[in-house]
Amino acid sequence: MTAEVLLQGIVSGLLMGLVYALIAAGLSLIFGLMEIVNFAHGEFLMVAMFASYWAWALWRLDPLVSLPLTVCLLFVLGVATYWGLIRWILDAPMLAQIFATFGLAVFLRSAAQALWGVDFLVVRNPLVEGRISLGGLFLGLPQLVASAGALLAFGALHWFISRTETGLALQATAQDRQAASLMGIDTQRMFALGWGIGAACLGVAGALLSLFFYVFPDVGATFSLLAYVAVALGGFGNVPGTLVAGVVVGLVEVLGGLLIAPALKYAVVFTIYLVVVLWRPQGLFGRF
Amino acid sequence: MPTALGRAAALALLGALLAFPLVFTLPYPRDVMIRIFLYAMLATAWNVLAGYCGQISLGHAVFFGTGAYASTLLAKQDWLGVWASPWLGMLLGAALAVLLSQVIGYPVFRLRGHYFAIATIAVGEIVQTLVINWDGVGGARGLFVAIKRPDSLINLQFHESKQTYYYIALALLVLALAINQWIVRSRAGFYFRAIREDQDAAAALGVPVARYKLRAMAVSAGLTAVGGTFYAQYVFFIDPESVLPLSLSILICLVAVLGGVGTLWGPLIGAAVLVPLSEVTRIQLGGTGKALDLVVYGLLIMIISVIQPGGIMALFQRGLRR
Repeated sequence: MTAEVLLQGIVSGLLMGLVYALIAAGLSLIFGLMEIVNFAHGEFLMVAMFASYWAWALWRLDPLVSLPLTVCLLFVLGVATYWGLIRWILDAPMLAQIFATFGLAVFLRSAAQALWGVDFLVVRNPLVEGRISLGGLFLGLPQLVASAGALLAFGALHWFISRTETGLALQATAQDRQAASLMGIDTQRMFALGWGIGAACLGVAGALLSLFFYVFPDVGATFSLLAYVAVALGGFGNVPGTLVAGVVVGLVEVLGGLLIAPALKYAVVFTIYLVVVLWRPQGLFGRF
Repeated sequence: MPTALGRAAALALLGALLAFPLVFTLPYPRDVMIRIFLYAMLATAWNVLAGYCGQISLGHAVFFGTGAYASTLLAKQDWLGVWASPWLGMLLGAALAVLLSQVIGYPVFRLRGHYFAIATIAVGEIVQTLVINWDGVGGARGLFVAIKRPDSLINLQFHESKQTYYYIALALLVLALAINQWIVRSRAGFYFRAIREDQDAAAALGVPVARYKLRAMAVSAGLTAVGGTFYAQYVFFIDPESVLPLSLSILICLVAVLGGVGTLWGPLIGAAVLVPLSEVTRIQLGGTGKALDLVVYGLLIMIISVIQPGGIMALFQRGLRR
């Protein structure tokens, strides 16, 4: 293996890792807010990708053009999920919470299959395609745009959480629900907002992914598994931590595929994850 | 529930189940019952670890697969003669699963709550990926169980009638329930529940938390592997997609959650509801290639989680208290 191949791998892993980080950020935000793992996270991503696909198939809107629409749709989906489902299981046992979101995952996935079939769909001739060559390295343009978009969205999310009043109210609710509501924060609204924003992150990620990835009902499965790993690695509820963890997951995936065997790349990702959490059970940046 | 009444009800149920194949001679109803027993048994095994000891594992397919692969691989060793019997494979699989559970549990039990659950998912994914790429055990193509005629108990194969399978599955379920009940009443059972309620408080009172979590995992894994061997001998084909997927791990706990976690009868009730329900939706709505049965299935899971998070057993218990 030459240094060029390795470097190419590192760059590709880095690009993909940023997208993983954005997917994981939504999950981490929701968990930090109310200690619920959304097992339908991958299916939200799938809905976003289908939204981008249909905007292109029906109205010839490029996924980048329809991105604001996708984000709005996913925001609404997140808020609706909170009001329709999550609100009722806030104080339920952990298993009931797991199965409520798991049931939602099965529902969304099979509804997509019923409505749109199981074929692999692609957005043809997107605005950005092809690749650029940079000193011997090849960078796919869609991947480049996707990772830049993911980074931008991540920055916007971070700014929103740490700099705006609503974001601070979100943080306060995450830290202590009761104290926050005593301070006049409507915690129900904050929870709904958290779900909306968590899902909106997937709206961005899904639109960007549909530039270069197939769209099909099961597409979320792999992404969501990697997102759980990134969230646990970064520390549950630690949004900035998931940025680093997402990039680590992307790098390990590519390097594991290059150095060990492509078929085993996810086994390598999960093994590295296990090694890290056994050494630091709270994740790389977790608070506990 | 008064114990005498409960015991009488359990005996009546057992009698009815023993008589079932004499009344229903067609293969289909027997098949549904066999699968109810199998899933009830798997959920009972899972319940020992998750329901009583509070450690929510989402990777139990690993142990199921261990049992299925161990007996199938052993049965292929013709030179062993009768020693290649799936019954020995069942014991071997259970022993391997116990061993594996300790290797997995020793490090992973340092994690708690969601961290533990996600780590068990990761373990399951690693094992499935490894088996898919391991040609020595058939890789992604899977393994056929060698057909041996005539039907015999020693080969655990019955092609003429499902009756013997029915009684074996029932016996395995009764075994699992008996082990479950025996543990719950023993010192270990009290330790398990103490760990579930508050691990730190239990440790402060002198419960050897780490050791007892490993014991719960060992019992749970061994029983799950026994179910895996039975599945392999019943279906005659195993591959990583059918015996090691995350969806199987989740289905096992779904059965227990639906019936009632941490109760003796919950897993059986859950299986008795879920298996026929999925049959009905599959027959009514499946077959169109549209997955409409799964749409209904997903909706039902959501509704149950919201209106009855304690499972069906909680409904009964509330009714009895009234």
